[in-house]
Amino acid sequence: MSDLETFRAETAAWLEANCPPEMREPMTGEDDAVWGGRNATFKPGQKEWLNIMAAKGWTVPDWPKEYGGGGLSRAEAKILGQEMARLRCRSPLSSFGIWMLGPALLHFGTEAQKKHFLPPIARGEIRWCQGYSEPGSGSDLASLQTSAVDKGDHFVINGQKIWTSYADKADWIFCLTRTDKNEKHKGISFMLFDMTNEGVTTKPIVLISGQSAFCETFFDDVKVPKEYGEGVSSVVYEVNKGWDVAKYLLGHERSMISGGGSEGATSLGAKFADQVGRDAMGRLDDPMLRAQMAEMDIEVLAFRAMAERFGDTFKAGLCHPAQPNMMKYAGTEINKRRHELIMSAGGSEVLEWESDATNGGMTARSWLRTKANSIEGGTSEVMLNVISKQILRLPGA
Amino acid sequence: MPLYLNDDQQMLHDSAAEFMKGEAPVAHLREFRDKQCKDGFSHALWKQFAEMGFTGILIGEEEGGLGLGHVEAGVVLEEIGRNLTPSPFLTTAVAGVEALNAGGKALRDKYFPGIIAGETVLALAIDEGTKHRPDQISMAATREGNGFKLDGKKQFVVQGGSADMLIVAARTSGSAGDEKGLTLFAVDTNAPGVSRDSARLVDSAVAAHVQFDGVTVDADAVIGEVDDGDTVLRRLLNAGRSGAAAETLGVGAGSMDITVDYIKGRKQFGELIGSFQALQHRISHLYSEMEIARATVLKAQQMLDEGSSKAELMVSVAKAKAGKATALSVKEGVQMHGGVGMTDEYDIGLYMKRDRALQEFMGDVNYHTNLVAEMHGY
Ligand SMILES: Cc1cc2nc3c(=O)[nH]c(=O)nc-3n(C[C@H](O)[C@H](O)[C@H](O)COP(=O)(O)OP(=O)(O)OC[C@H]3O[C@@H](n4cnc5c(N)ncnc54)[C@H](O)[C@@H]3O)c2cc1C
Ligand SMILES: Cc1cc2nc3c(=O)[nH]c(=O)nc-3n(C[C@H](O)[C@H](O)[C@H](O)COP(=O)(O)OP(=O)(O)OC[C@H]3O[C@@H](n4cnc5c(N)ncnc54)[C@H](O)[C@@H]3O)c2cc1C
Repeated sequence: MSDLETFRAETAAWLEANCPPEMREPMTGEDDAVWGGRNATFKPGQKEWLNIMAAKGWTVPDWPKEYGGGGLSRAEAKILGQEMARLRCRSPLSSFGIWMLGPALLHFGTEAQKKHFLPPIARGEIRWCQGYSEPGSGSDLASLQTSAVDKGDHFVINGQKIWTSYADKADWIFCLTRTDKNEKHKGISFMLFDMTNEGVTTKPIVLISGQSAFCETFFDDVKVPKEYGEGVSSVVYEVNKGWDVAKYLLGHERSMISGGGSEGATSLGAKFADQVGRDAMGRLDDPMLRAQMAEMDIEVLAFRAMAERFGDTFKAGLCHPAQPNMMKYAGTEINKRRHELIMSAGGSEVLEWESDATNGGMTARSWLRTKANSIEGGTSEVMLNVISKQILRLPGA
Repeated sequence: MPLYLNDDQQMLHDSAAEFMKGEAPVAHLREFRDKQCKDGFSHALWKQFAEMGFTGILIGEEEGGLGLGHVEAGVVLEEIGRNLTPSPFLTTAVAGVEALNAGGKALRDKYFPGIIAGETVLALAIDEGTKHRPDQISMAATREGNGFKLDGKKQFVVQGGSADMLIVAARTSGSAGDEKGLTLFAVDTNAPGVSRDSARLVDSAVAAHVQFDGVTVDADAVIGEVDDGDTVLRRLLNAGRSGAAAETLGVGAGSMDITVDYIKGRKQFGELIGSFQALQHRISHLYSEMEIARATVLKAQQMLDEGSSKAELMVSVAKAKAGKATALSVKEGVQMHGGVGMTDEYDIGLYMKRDRALQEFMGDVNYHTNLVAEMHGY
């Protein structure tokens, strides 16, 4: 057997032996995800699974071992993902720290920052939120106004963020602030600070899905030290160079959100055929719905191939740097259409908003939630602008 | 296997791209169209394909070929598509060779040397109606002596008029709709009783209606096993469909590229039209569809080369997705060219025509969408 085949066999055996049975059941709702953090709550099996995986560094399999990762090669990490999917093992940890801040720190952080911040992310001990958007600065993010004023050994922060996902549950924030009023892109800094700091308040926003994972976040004379220890600066990269970090992180955020298009690639058709009924030839007894289902299967399988190709070319440094924008655009649009179809196939039954039969309207709430996929992390229109300019090099920047 | 071309495949890509662009760009197609070339392609060019080694791409090294796979065939086909290069590559070197690879040594010894040399052309006589329905084959092959007698009609036999040999799918038992009972035959086109009636297609390729009137063939014309033709046909179809998907992808990519170029240069309202967001968003959407189609086609070919049990599903996904993306590409291409897109002088219309023919070849989007539903059990 080749090394990789051995690795696959050993990984499969290890997952079989160690993944608790509860963690191999399909998730029944958003609250089945594990977010970790200081005030984490766990359902049976969740904490155990997180701890075993974190001990192996497999919450972040391809991060270096010294930062809490598994030190796996690209090929090995891919195999781990495939085996987890095959054995239906749930992801042990959902985390903005892993998806967004971690990659940015690995790229831009100092050695001291990496040693300080990354291991707690890998172990799910600190939960992070993202302070980018402001009421006046959404798509035009670089127009942000939240100010950070240099006071010698600390900064003082004033302003308001909006749409901060899970700000009320997060321990720390990675936050974009304005450190130079006279520059647009070159006056922004990327800062890390504790949400329990005096002067930080959050107020949840209720979404059309009835959920309120999002907050308005207010900063009122918040004091942020310049250093959390020897060499552990609160500013990532350099003061006034935060836009570079922000863009890099957005690349990761966009790839992550695009994952929606590849999730649940198993066909829905057979399931709905059983619900709706089958004709004499065994086909889903609603030709139009059947055709739409099959079209969607093609879109999902095709996008899944794209996601695999993107992952492979990204890691090998072969893809265009703006490619995550295309992934985000395509993945989120497919995901939205997929959920439309799920609603349509579900008929009147899935409309029940508050009932045990629908697990609290889960299908409908998920459908509504997906509408944000093409807004959060940059809208589809903005993605198309970036593709036009940076990849196709069309005029009029 | 990572989902991008490895170094050898990239080198093949570079030489195929240079070759098609240099020897057979769109101007070559125009030239052959304008002189109403009987076969729709250049035999001299087919010889050059041979010199490049392309004709033996799927033939084993021990038999004088390159011993490569579907990924490599796809690399060449994408460049064929991009340049609208007329050639019998897909029917002969890809689908035809793949069928013969499943047959006996005698047949391979008979045809492979000519194919490798760029002298022999094969065509596929599968479809009998106006749409691709291989499950509905009803043409009869009845046993006679130690061989068979063929009677029936085939249509949309691309390059059938110029072919030296036809791969014919016929029924040795059962009836239309049955999976078993098919047999594939290698029929020389000069056999008595074979008549061909060629028609020029919208893309200026040539396809034949072929009539078989009591055509007798020896038992050694059988490719594979009698009544088990579906196994060989399956290989042929997988090669042909994934190949057609790759060529379609090339057509879509080529059409997108010339359109992007055009809108970067054309001014209206005092501005380059490529600066209008209404066009930018549509063409960026198209770019994203083409990228997804590219990943899908490569995935299908890698799966075929690995012998994956899910390859057939992915081949249908690829043919459908490349078909959808390229249909969008040529439609947007003509529209964004404005009035000149409707003229014969501009190339964009030629892309639209080739796309239409490729859509019908070996199953259109609807056909493969239906297959995907069936393979998924609904
Ligand atoms: C569920 C959810 C979670 C979020 N989570 C976070 C978070 O954790 N942290 C955070 O910082 N932010 C978060 N956001 C904010 C998100 O990043 C912004 O909503 C997004 O960037 C869009 O900004 P906006 O809402 O101000 O819309 P606007 O910028 O006002 O856009 C309105 C419309 O105009 C279009 N538009 C704008 N500019 C252009 C242009 N140049 N060309 C064409 N069309 C244009 C947009 O595409 C959109 O359709 C979240 C948003 C949502 C919905
Ligand atoms: C078959 C045919 C018959 C015709 N007959 C006649 C006739 O009898 N008499 C006559 O005078 N003319 C005739 N026309 C010409 C016709 O009116 C023009 O082709 C048409 O006005 C478009 O102009 P154009 O071809 O220069 O395209 P362009 O203006 O160059 O447009 C190219 C592309 O850019 C897009 N575009 C241009 N400006 C913008 C913008 N501001 N925002 C977004 N997109 C933009 C267009 O929609 C198009 O997709 C004919 C054209 C055709 C094809």
